Amino acid sequence: MIELQHLTVGYGEKAVLSDINQSLNAGQMVCLLGANGVGKSTILRTLAGFLAPLSGKVLIEGRDLPSLSLSERSQAVSVVLTERVEVPYMKVIDLVGMGRSPYTGFFGKLSKEDNAIVDEAIEMVGIANLAQRTIDTLSDGERQKALLAKALAQQTPIILLDEPTAFLDFHAKVSTLRLMLRLAHETGKTIFLSTHDVEMAIQLSDALWIVQEGKIQAGTTASLTESGTLQRFLHAEGITYDTKEHTLKIT
Amino acid sequence: MKGKYKLQMLVVALIVLSIANVLWGSLDIPVKDVWQILCGGEVEGHPAWSFIVLQGRVPQMLTALLTGTALGTCGLLLQTAFRNPLAGPSILGIDSGANLGVAIVLLLLGGTASIGNLTLGGHLLVVVAAMAGALAIMALLMILSRVLRSQVMLLITGVIISYVTGSVIQLLNYSATEQGVFSFVIWGMGNFASVGIERLPVFCTLSCFGLLLALLLIKPLDALLLGNRYAENLGIKIGQVRQMLLLVTGLLTATTTAFCGPISFIGLAVPHLARLTLGTAWHRTLMPATMLIGANLALACNLLSTLPRDGSIIPISVITPLIGAPVILHVILKQKN
Repeated sequence: MIELQHLTVGYGEKAVLSDINQSLNAGQMVCLLGANGVGKSTILRTLAGFLAPLSGKVLIEGRDLPSLSLSERSQAVSVVLTERVEVPYMKVIDLVGMGRSPYTGFFGKLSKEDNAIVDEAIEMVGIANLAQRTIDTLSDGERQKALLAKALAQQTPIILLDEPTAFLDFHAKVSTLRLMLRLAHETGKTIFLSTHDVEMAIQLSDALWIVQEGKIQAGTTASLTESGTLQRFLHAEGITYDTKEHTLKIT
Repeated sequence: MKGKYKLQMLVVALIVLSIANVLWGSLDIPVKDVWQILCGGEVEGHPAWSFIVLQGRVPQMLTALLTGTALGTCGLLLQTAFRNPLAGPSILGIDSGANLGVAIVLLLLGGTASIGNLTLGGHLLVVVAAMAGALAIMALLMILSRVLRSQVMLLITGVIISYVTGSVIQLLNYSATEQGVFSFVIWGMGNFASVGIERLPVFCTLSCFGLLLALLLIKPLDALLLGNRYAENLGIKIGQVRQMLLLVTGLLTATTTAFCGPISFIGLAVPHLARLTLGTAWHRTLMPATMLIGANLALACNLLSTLPRDGSIIPISVITPLIGAPVILHVILKQKN
């Protein structure tokens, strides 16, 4: 579980979001929603340890993130980023094997145990049939699943994903989100992702974080609807939010 | 297992080519006489042959072997570090930095320089200057690569660096002595024979040290294939690794360039040949394969350079582009698909 205490995130001197007090529970898929530029990536980068917090604390399983060594951090948080991973001759099984780096020896050779963990991760995301394919032959959805398997092989309690559904077609978006939800529930990991696929996030995720006007409101879809937060977030010409069915009607 | 088999084949090829490099040269010496000389004997009536084989061919073979290994490794490190399949010591202008260092020594200082009481002369000075030049360009590229996101921009930067250093070298040539220009031109043609028996220990030590350091980078290089952020998330100390990369590529490029002259295309082409041969992205097989293929290719080039068989040799820098260019074209065409 992650706890953010009076956390201020940003770059250099410039704070993007201030005084965040929230937590992420184990075994849940939580979606981070917000318009472009509100600081979603900044939060994710801070939680991943790429950016130092400007002030406040990020507690991962009770330990403050900046105080962890790089090696400890690599065993606490894994990431799936927006940048495209293109490596010639790299097979899916190799990519997933990269997730074992924090545990392997000097030359990075995988042990029998590592290989078993890699196979299991590939199995879990349902791409066992693609294991021997090179990643440049995969569709965007398949590649995203392979990266998710890499994150699983890293065996961290927390997986962070920056817009994992961004370049996917509709069916791949649905299947990726459903997969992550199932994984969070089955493995007890915290899966935290940013997305613009608002309707799917509202309907599928265990909890939502909504970033708007420099504040973060967190809760379940039902509680955020009750408080009117979701309505305010979705308010725009041509969008009607059905508060009972949690669906959007576009007119 | 299949990869292991291919590596073994490369070792066999290396042994064959190494022997061939000692047996054949620009001068015809019968095989049995070469063998006799290698065993410590002398051939009656041909006292010069011993000198040619022991002081010429053997050091030349070792130089070619190590240069090919070093340049191939350099290319692999650069291609992974910059995540750019067309990166290589010559295209990125790193060896032009080394060239400039050498040019300053040969053309401007006339081969010696003194710092306080310390006088550096001859080849050591050339190596130090080449190293300084190569490291400066490599550092510049590392800084620029943080700003330049596009792969093409980095390559263009490398080309511009080559132009700028080229024009500075021209300027130095213009004001240098005839002797200075001559020795610089000869050096620029690339030659595995220029190390010789007396400088071989220094050359071997420097290049082997660089290659050993490169082997230490195998695991971080694998992670770097995914990009800096992924690598950091996998526990790799990016800053440290970048410094090591800077040092190793600088050292290897500078050593080979200072001793053998600028040898283009081997660094760029060899890692691709290794990937094509082994079909893997893992550096723990790719790096040994790159080293072996680089050594084999340089030895083959050295054999080709003796083809005239009239005592003269074809400059290495004439041969390597002919082998390298098709490989690069293949990579570009494959990228397009």
